[in-house]
Amino acid sequence: MIVFDQVQKSYQVGGRAIPALHPTSMTIDTGEVFGIVGHSGAGKSTLVRLINLLEPPTGGRILIDDENITGYNASELRAFRRKVGMIFQHFNLLSSKTVADNIAFPMKLAGIYSRTEIRERVDELLKRVSLVDQANKYPSQLSGGQKQRVGIARALACRPTILLCDEATSALDPQTTQSVLKLLADINRELGLTIVLITHEMDVVRRVCDRVAVMDAGEVVEMGAVSDVFLHPKHPTTRDFVFESESIDREEMQQDLQHAKGRILRLTFRGESTYTPLLGSVARESGVDFSILSGRIDHIKDTPYGQLTLSLVGGDLGAAMQAFEAADVHVEVLR
Amino acid sequence: MEALMENLLSNVDWTEIGWASWDTLVMVGMSLLFSVLIGLPVGVLLFLFGKRQLLEQPVAYAVLSFVVNVLRSVPFIILLIVMIPFTVMLIGTSLGVAGAIPPLVAGGAPFFARLVETSLREVDRGIIEATQAMGATVKQIVFGALLPEALPGIIAGITVTAITLVSYAAMSGVVGGGGLGDLAIRFGYQRFQTDVMVITVALLVIFVQLLQMAGDRLVLYFSRK
Repeated sequence: MIVFDQVQKSYQVGGRAIPALHPTSMTIDTGEVFGIVGHSGAGKSTLVRLINLLEPPTGGRILIDDENITGYNASELRAFRRKVGMIFQHFNLLSSKTVADNIAFPMKLAGIYSRTEIRERVDELLKRVSLVDQANKYPSQLSGGQKQRVGIARALACRPTILLCDEATSALDPQTTQSVLKLLADINRELGLTIVLITHEMDVVRRVCDRVAVMDAGEVVEMGAVSDVFLHPKHPTTRDFVFESESIDREEMQQDLQHAKGRILRLTFRGESTYTPLLGSVARESGVDFSILSGRIDHIKDTPYGQLTLSLVGGDLGAAMQAFEAADVHVEVLR
Repeated sequence: MEALMENLLSNVDWTEIGWASWDTLVMVGMSLLFSVLIGLPVGVLLFLFGKRQLLEQPVAYAVLSFVVNVLRSVPFIILLIVMIPFTVMLIGTSLGVAGAIPPLVAGGAPFFARLVETSLREVDRGIIEATQAMGATVKQIVFGALLPEALPGIIAGITVTAITLVSYAAMSGVVGGGGLGDLAIRFGYQRFQTDVMVITVALLVIFVQLLQMAGDRLVLYFSRK
């Protein structure tokens, strides 16, 4: 468990303290995938670097499994960092070392593993990230996705309990992003590793995270389960991110709504109700006519969800809304 | 043809040229060795003490940087003369091949140190950060990540330093340093033996070309980017 207790960070610039992170308290549970989303400069890079003290906080305490890591001396800190893996946007592999040597590097630095142990672990990790054939290649000979898989293998070498991902997929194309995210999800599930992931893409959060914190101007402005934050965003920044990820043009949407007749509702289905054939029966029973203005069905991590924007005309609107709610569908009246 | 050659190069004593080439080789080789031995750690320290670097030490950086700058700003021909008492103290003579080496090192080491500092700065900061995040000590970061990553740049720096030392070594002929430069000055310049001058210059050019080629090969071999 990672606990932030009134943690803050500011930088001294020309004698003035510029805050990068306002006092923040939050808890990241063991074994969860925790997303931190924000625009560049929002303070998310700082936040993730506080966890392995690449950036020391200027105030507050950070407790990891009930130990105050801000009180560590230099050698305690080094031992602690071995238990926290980290992967980066630009991979940060050593160009002078082969794939296998890159993966072995943190184990060699630790100085507590025998040669056989290192070799066996590297073989195991190469298999895990499907790079066995590339073991003796240099990073420059690999594709972006392969490089990031080397990064992941390297981060896992010393069997960490926490994995920090700093914009790990931002330099990758959509398909490669998919496969890297899938790998991260597998690792999280199979090894029970806590993953803290920062990104500026809500889509990444939607695919792998359990909970998310949204950051804006050095502050966490919204935090909660991904399905709640994603389906019912409250803070304007969060809304921007959600719209962006669904590639919804707000002005266009407003125009569509103006042309529509009657009441406009947004229905949100979650889990099993996503697949229930509900609209037809509700329409029949309440006598309303509906037209679909927009809709999508997708997944949040493994949970399916659907969102429909409907315009409803005639019939018994109250009964229709009750019927939706009775079927566990969240109803929002847009107009 | 042979007669022509004989005539054209009438003053050239090939044994003398051979020995002078060997002397130049020894002077450059020895001074390069010591320049690297001194310049490499100094360059690493300059890098580490620098602004926003691992061991940021503004005072130590300023002092080290000042010494390096002083040695680099003195024209080598002056450094040769200024160094004479120190050289005598160090190895007993300021003449010949041995006497040329201390001033050559005094000129080469700070030059190389700056080149090392620059090539270390070119290592991606992300790599340093990643290594730090693995729990590495500063020593491990330097030897495990920084130096291997900067190796091609450092080898290029050694090449440039070696070539600079060839020209410095030739200059040391002025104060009795020995080698091809000494030959060029004593015979080519002072006795107007143009043929000796041409041969020594040609040999120096070939020497520099060979050094550059060897250096480029090594850089290529160690580059993985």
